[in-house]
Order: sequence, then structure tokens, then C-alpha cells
Amino acid sequence: MGRTLAEKVWDEHVVRSTPGEPDLLYIDLHLIHEVTSPQAFDGLRLGGRQVRRPDLTLATEDHNVPTLDWDKPIADPVSRTQVETLRRNAEEFGVRLHPLGDIDQGIVHVVGPQLGLTQPGMTIVCGDSHTSTHGAFGAIAFGIGTSEVEHVLATQTLMQAKPKTMAVTVNGSLPDGVTAKDLVLNLIAHTGTGGGQGYIVEYRGQAIQELSMESRMTICNMSIEWGAKAGMIAPDQTTFDYIEGRPEAPRGADWDAAVEHWKSLRTDDDATFDKEIVLDASTMTPFVTWGTNPGQGVPLGANVPSPDDFEDASDKLACENALSYMGLQAGTPMREVRVDTVFVGSCTNGRIEDLRLAAEVIEGRTVAEGTRLLVVPGSVRVRLQAEEEGLDVIFKEAGAEWRGAGCSMCLGMNPDTLSPGERSASTSNRNFEGRQGKGGRTHLVSVPVAAATAVRGTLSSPADLD
Amino acid sequence: MEKFTTHTGVGVPLRRSNVDTDQIIPAVYLKRVTRTGFEDGLFAAWRGDDDFVLNNPAYAGASVLVAGPDFGTGSSREHAVWALMDYGFKVVISSRFADIFRGNSGKAGLVAAQVDEKVVQRLWAVLEDQPGANITVDLEARTVSAGVGEGRVEDSFDIDDYTRWRLLEGLDDIGITLGHEEDIAAYEATRPSFKPVTM
Repeated sequence: MGRTLAEKVWDEHVVRSTPGEPDLLYIDLHLIHEVTSPQAFDGLRLGGRQVRRPDLTLATEDHNVPTLDWDKPIADPVSRTQVETLRRNAEEFGVRLHPLGDIDQGIVHVVGPQLGLTQPGMTIVCGDSHTSTHGAFGAIAFGIGTSEVEHVLATQTLMQAKPKTMAVTVNGSLPDGVTAKDLVLNLIAHTGTGGGQGYIVEYRGQAIQELSMESRMTICNMSIEWGAKAGMIAPDQTTFDYIEGRPEAPRGADWDAAVEHWKSLRTDDDATFDKEIVLDASTMTPFVTWGTNPGQGVPLGANVPSPDDFEDASDKLACENALSYMGLQAGTPMREVRVDTVFVGSCTNGRIEDLRLAAEVIEGRTVAEGTRLLVVPGSVRVRLQAEEEGLDVIFKEAGAEWRGAGCSMCLGMNPDTLSPGERSASTSNRNFEGRQGKGGRTHLVSVPVAAATAVRGTLSSPADLD
Repeated sequence: MEKFTTHTGVGVPLRRSNVDTDQIIPAVYLKRVTRTGFEDGLFAAWRGDDDFVLNNPAYAGASVLVAGPDFGTGSSREHAVWALMDYGFKVVISSRFADIFRGNSGKAGLVAAQVDEKVVQRLWAVLEDQPGANITVDLEARTVSAGVGEGRVEDSFDIDDYTRWRLLEGLDDIGITLGHEEDIAAYEATRPSFKPVTM
């Protein structure tokens, strides 16, 4: 009986398996940031324990860091304390850290792949739910809580019950102008926020194979938004080409051995999944959210739904609550929704390919009056690459704000927040109430939709600009 | 971790689905480096509203939260569990929990009791009919019960065997795992050389 990709990678990492207990799983890479780690390091100190494998651990500063004046001390004293705590912990426990000001600083899920540390067949964890991003390389990657962060620091393992497996097969090709973000928002609207719960999902099919690594990361990043334990894509030549030559990629004989192994990491023809979803990419269109969870989305060309459109009582109530919070009238065309702020960035859409796409739409145009456009690169290296290509000039000439690297307005732990009632079109991953600032109203969108929205001031796609 | 066997306390009905961890505790409260004192951040945005159920004095001292489906979705922040526990909650009852939230609960000592959606509806009815009513959660027997007479609810809940055992015994995961040190070292000896290192 064949095995799925997820089962192969899982089986390779089982340290100990006993009936009636979760498996003890070895962790190849543990990523750390300042928000979910301080209490874990404290726990180690209290227990008189060390970090077992500092050489499999990497820390960056991302959630709290300012995107303006990043060369000065952090103004918010509470944020500063948290960042300084990480620096002290990294030094005390011998963990490699890329702090603010370092060329490899950035969002932890942008930095890992960029360094070549994210590779097929690995197990990768981080105290951050968007760790699922790394699954794009054929790794099992998932977010953990602070107790588990401490557990991994102390033991380099985690106790985990083996999840079920699901295939999401996306046939056909995405039409021009329709991106991986649209695909995944479409999927989440189809499954709901709990649809993936208990599963490691493998995304497959023609549309997935045709995606670049960065677009694959966007898809896997959003796996958690429909509740999946992790999302994976089988490694192929696109994956190998992306990794080869990166600073931490294997070299020489190690590279050959690695690629040979990576090629075996695909679901066997006779393997079966516990569940399967099939989608057709060729009919997809730009997709946006109207509500307060990522599953509340519609095509850009549709109208704001009404509670009457839902049969389930709890969905009706959720729709009512969302419309009231979002300040939207049922039946309003999505294209007529006015937006105050456009945010391009985050671990979902803050990589170089995203900035290129945004610049392509913005070039020669200007940001609408009354709308602000914030462009925040996912890492320092993404920022420098964009500047080398002149993308920063295109953004600035259009009237956008060009910022430093970090999580920024995705969750507003730094000064980049929405004011109460302010409405955003955001390339990030969560439209929860207050996510981008207390009372802020978020519409999740793709990069081209974000850029076109900035130009028109209402939710738009590039096609609306002609 | 304290042992948990059975708990009886005031139940509070939270008639919301998809209560994500940003609602349970907004990111602005996550900047602290301490492990306790997160109760002020619990449901921070909703607590400003006088009509919010936790502001109803009838539910004062509540320790069992009964919520709609998909509780704890979104961010992995364990602060969500800490905020609930710091406020005084010992148990959350829902028909569906997000995976990471459920895992974090088990580690920190909060019981995430999964029941059928109909049981949630019936518990809500009891708690709204008799505000301040107690719910009893028996981890050994895996049962929840509340109310008296015709509307009385008595049903079973789901929690995985291993988490239940750890909660009943009050065991620390890291201690258990370090007991398998030999297995970990043996595994490490077999890792291929092409696997990356950070230093």
C-alpha cells in the first residue's frame, strides 16, 4: 500500500511510536520570534534546561518591529522590552538571531526560505500559525504554542498525534490576473474556517504545479485559515531550482544526495487520502472577503451577501455580526466598497514576486485621493532587491509609502495600525475583528487587487483600470 | 501543572461562532514577557460593551465557557489560553476547536471539552434561563451536566485519551519526553548530512 507525501515525511521523523500515545516527532528546524518565545525561555531557566540543538534553531525579530526609523531604538517601550528579551535569550542560550538592522532580518516565514533553510522533507515548527508557509517545499510545517516552543527548545521533538490526510486537487490553469491568493480565498470560502481541521493537506494538480515557489508559499501560508494542521506541495524542479545556491542549501555531494531523496517525496500512485477536494482553477476570478473571517469571501464581481443567503442559523448570525462590524449593506457591489488604506506585505504576500506584481499595476499611475498605500517588504533582502529593481521609486512616485521589513499592519503590533472604522484592502491573511487595529475593517485581497484598489479607491482589479 | 479531575462552576453562554484568538486576546496584549496577568486582555474589544455576556453580573465568577463552533481559530498565541485561565476559566465547551488552540489548552491545563452542537444549544438554554447556573465537568467520566428538571443536560464530551491522562495526572510534557533521551539521541545519529544547520 502506497503512502502519501505527508505520511512519508512524518514516518521519517518518528523518534518513538507507542499505541495509545502521540508519536514523538523530531524537529529539523525551529524558528523563533520575539512574541511567543519569552515565556518558553523563562521555562527553560526555571527548569535548569538548555536548548538541545541551537544549530537547528533560528530567531528573527518581526512582529513588533517598526517599519519607519528602524535604525533607531524602538519607540514603544513594551515592544522594545520584548525585542530586547529575545536578544538576551538568544545570547544566553546560543541561538542565531537576525535582529533589526541585520541584512537577514525579516518575517520569519520569509527569511527561512530565503536563506535556503527551508527544504523538502523537513519538519519545521515555529510559535506562529503561519509556519504552514514552509509546506510549499514539501516540508511538514506547522504553528505551535509557547509550551510547545519550550518543549522543542528542550528536546528538539514534539509529541504529536498523526493527522489525517487530505488532497486538494486544483485542475486547469489559473486565468491571467488570477493569483494563488485568489485560489486559496476561493478554497476557504468553499470549505469554511474549520474545513481542514485535523488534516495535513496536500495541494496538487495542474494549477498548483504551474505556480512559482513564492505563489506556492501563499497557498500553504493560508492553510491555517481553513483550519488545516499543515499544507504541503510535493517538491519538483521548481522547488529544487529555487533552493539551489541559497546560503544554507546543501552543496556538492550533499546537494546530489538531497535532490535524490527529495525526488522520492511524492504521493505514491496507489496511496489513498482520507478526504479529497477537487477544484477547477480555470473558472476562478479575483476573490475578496466581505466579512470577519477568511471564509467569508466572494468574487470581486459579486455583491455583499445578506444573512438571508445562509441556511444555517449560526452562519446567518455570523453574517449579521460581520456586516454590522464591517459597516456594509447587503447587496452592495463589492466594487463599490471604498477603501481608506491598502496594505501590501505580510508572510502571505510580502515577497519579491508580490512587490513586482504590485509595481506592475501601479507604474505610471497614482494612488487615489483619500487612500493610502503602504508597501512593506517581507524581509530586508526583499526590500534591497526591490530597490535594486527600482520598484521603490515606482511606489513612491505613485504616492505610496515605502517601508522597512516586518509583519507590520498584518496584525498591528507595531505602529502600523488601522483606526476605528478605517477600512483596508490587505494582502495579509486575517480579516478578524480588530486584527489590524481596534475597530479596523479588513478586506483580504490579492496583490493585483490591492494595487488596483489603491489607484481607484474602491475594491478593484487591474482590469478596471483600463 | 495542577491535576484536574472534576470541576463545578458557573457557566457562561458565548453565542458566537468562529471566536478567533485575536478576539480572545488582541495582539496588543501579547507584548508582555510574563506568563501571567493576561486576564485584562480577555475578549478586550467586546468587554467594552455593557451588553457583553461577561459584563452581566449574573455570570460573575464564571469558570466554564460555552461557545459556538470553531472556537480558537487563527493565531497560535498560547496567550489566548492563559487569558482564559487568568480570568478564572477552567473549561471551555464547544462543538469544534481549532487544532492549535486545543493543543495549547492541553499543555497549559485548560480543559477543551468537545460536545455535539445540540449539547451546546441545550447548555445555552439552561444558562440563559437560569443565569448563574453551574456546569459540572467530570474529566474522569468525560461528562458535562447542568440544570435541573426537564431542561437538565447530561451528556458526554470528547477529549483525546492522552491529553485526558496528562490532565488527570497533572504531568509535565517535557519531563516525559526527556525520559526518552536515548531514543532521541539514537534518532539524531541517523539524520542525513544534507539536512541544514543554522550555525
